[in-house]
Amino acid sequence: MNHRRSHRGLIATLLAAAIAAAGCTGGGASSEGADAEAPDDPSKVSGTITVLTHRTDIVQDGTMDRYAEAFNRTYPKVKVEFEGITDYEAEVKIRMNTEDYGDVLMIPAVIKKNDYPKFFASLGTEEERSEKYRFTDYTAVDGKVYGQSPIGVTPGFIYNKRVWREAGVTDWPTTPDAFVTALKAIKSKTDAVPYYTNFAAGWPLAQWTTVNGSVGCDTGATTKLAEGDPWAEGADLRVADELLYDIVREGLIEKDPTTTNWEASKPRTAKGGIATQWLGSWAIIQFRQAAEQAGADPDDIGFMPFPAQQDGTFCAVVAPDYNQAVNVHSDNKPAARAWIDWFTEKSGYADDNLALSPLKDAALPDVLKDYEAAGVTFIETEDSRGGEVKEIDNASEVGIYQPDYRQELVDMARGAKDGELDDYLAGLGERWTEAATSLGS
Amino acid sequence: MERLPNAVKARKLLTPWLFLIAPLVLLIVFTYAPVANMLVYSFTDWDGVSPELSFTGAGNYVDIFTRSELFQVFLVSGYYLAASVVQIALALYFATVLSFDVRFRNFFKGVIFFPYLINGVAIGFVFLYFFQDGGTLDSVLGLFGYESDRAWLGTSTSANVSLAGVSVWRHLGLNFVLFLGAVQSIPGELYEAAELDGAGRWQQFRYIIAPGIRPVLSLTVILSVSGSLSVFEIPYIMTGGATGTETFVIQTVKLAFQFNKTGLASAAAVVLLLIILAVTWVQRRLVPDDKVDLV
Repeated sequence: MNHRRSHRGLIATLLAAAIAAAGCTGGGASSEGADAEAPDDPSKVSGTITVLTHRTDIVQDGTMDRYAEAFNRTYPKVKVEFEGITDYEAEVKIRMNTEDYGDVLMIPAVIKKNDYPKFFASLGTEEERSEKYRFTDYTAVDGKVYGQSPIGVTPGFIYNKRVWREAGVTDWPTTPDAFVTALKAIKSKTDAVPYYTNFAAGWPLAQWTTVNGSVGCDTGATTKLAEGDPWAEGADLRVADELLYDIVREGLIEKDPTTTNWEASKPRTAKGGIATQWLGSWAIIQFRQAAEQAGADPDDIGFMPFPAQQDGTFCAVVAPDYNQAVNVHSDNKPAARAWIDWFTEKSGYADDNLALSPLKDAALPDVLKDYEAAGVTFIETEDSRGGEVKEIDNASEVGIYQPDYRQELVDMARGAKDGELDDYLAGLGERWTEAATSLGS
Repeated sequence: MERLPNAVKARKLLTPWLFLIAPLVLLIVFTYAPVANMLVYSFTDWDGVSPELSFTGAGNYVDIFTRSELFQVFLVSGYYLAASVVQIALALYFATVLSFDVRFRNFFKGVIFFPYLINGVAIGFVFLYFFQDGGTLDSVLGLFGYESDRAWLGTSTSANVSLAGVSVWRHLGLNFVLFLGAVQSIPGELYEAAELDGAGRWQQFRYIIAPGIRPVLSLTVILSVSGSLSVFEIPYIMTGGATGTETFVIQTVKLAFQFNKTGLASAAAVVLLLIILAVTWVQRRLVPDDKVDLV
């Protein structure tokens, strides 16, 4: 009996099994191309659906269950269950290697647009849906739409109105230079930090990419990213990054950016310790709640567009939040579809979040009354090449949706890293255009 | 010799494997299968989620070795390497001192080992507050009359030194316990004999303790070097790799999860594994693991 050989044989078998298991990366695409059709009769549709959501806060406080109750008044036979996921992107990405990723889910940003038909059931044609809904082209592949965002958001500066008034600035700055001047006034006349970068959290810096479109008031801004250098002279991202650089270089930010605290920045802004942050309309409600909790006046929280005007008017880009979609492997597609339609149109979710409605004929929310008064133009950028932009971004490793390059930019502006802004942005542009060329666009 | 019946023979063969099933299954499912997976992915262009992937041969490896900037992050490991020298020296010092009769000996042992029991992520968060402007460190320095107005994580050097300091605080305990165990396994008579011969504390350390713990020391050095090359938790939680604190593992994670280059990131992970194996091998060649014989 040769023990040694039998051991080896067993280990070889086990390794072979491990490697065989390694070969699989998850489900085939057998259900590809399925449609999730809206049910005709609400009283007949039945089944239990699971909704994956990133909104763990409103799952926990029962708000979601109240939506489900209201939904059940129209669709009595559908049972809706929620699964709130804290690290939504990372966790759902991994689950999507299987077929078990809920019946309704928010489309994770990592999924390539061209893969949508493999993962999600279509909600209808773009032609038909775009009459009623906003943002249809964000999830459209070959004329079919795969998701629908329940809210629209617009990027902008959250600011403390009282602090800005105390500094003597009552009108929104209309140029980046005027904006820097306003921040300087805040620095000299008040105790507030003029601009808070949230450098440590990182993602608030990534938000600066949402400036794209507001400077040139151009609906083709996303397409321009796919076609050219985003940091060319006068391009939207360059204008944004230059403004950020100037703010930091002039010392108009917090003393130590490397230890910032996002949660604490909300009450500090509400109480006037921080004057300004570049975020989006989605953040207004959070800052107002923080104000209430901190005993400050929620009406001090203001919202202003990027300091750039075309023909004398500001421009605000309206974009979708996470898009809701139906799992292509779901056994309850009609019920799932019914939930998305109801949640988009009838739930009041957009109003509850002080957000823009995804319906084209809806009125602006109250928080954007200032925008209406100031005659701000709302535009939607065309997203037919949005998928390509993401691919260029990944291939070039520039990361316009990631904080890293702006963290370096901030470090450079405050002198913690050597380098010139022009060279740095030119380097980014070079990497970007090279990647675009090698992807063959 | 009498031949055993077949059934008994089979059982004799089978029994050890039955005992081994549980650990082997765990080991294979959670260690070898993922590593095999990673090896396979490293030859593909998989993005981590798409149902389709294509094999690109050695493309990812060519990519890694032709992009020198991917290796620049190893310079950051230098800080942690320097820190581990300090760490080993401190651990050795404390282990030696506390192996003799000292007042509150067990209390100090606990104090030194305790940080190692805390989760690395929690440590990251705690030290974020520690290094904040006006945070714990500044207040403590203030008590001693030193008003620092320093952003501890503000510049690349300062941030890396601070982070390496946290790393020393965290891992000192493990080194200390390993050394303490080794020191205490040295028979007590040796010290007595040495004292009779008139050896002082330093001589006892130099000629009894140091040679006695040599195998543990060389193990610790190997662990420290490979640990310095693959630092992750503390800088990832505290700075996310900003301000020049990015390590090779952080870079790999970013490739995989920010830029969806799972294939390339797998290849980078394999390269790191090979580098660590190579460094360990070189180290073993330079300092062979001799048998120690004190008596």
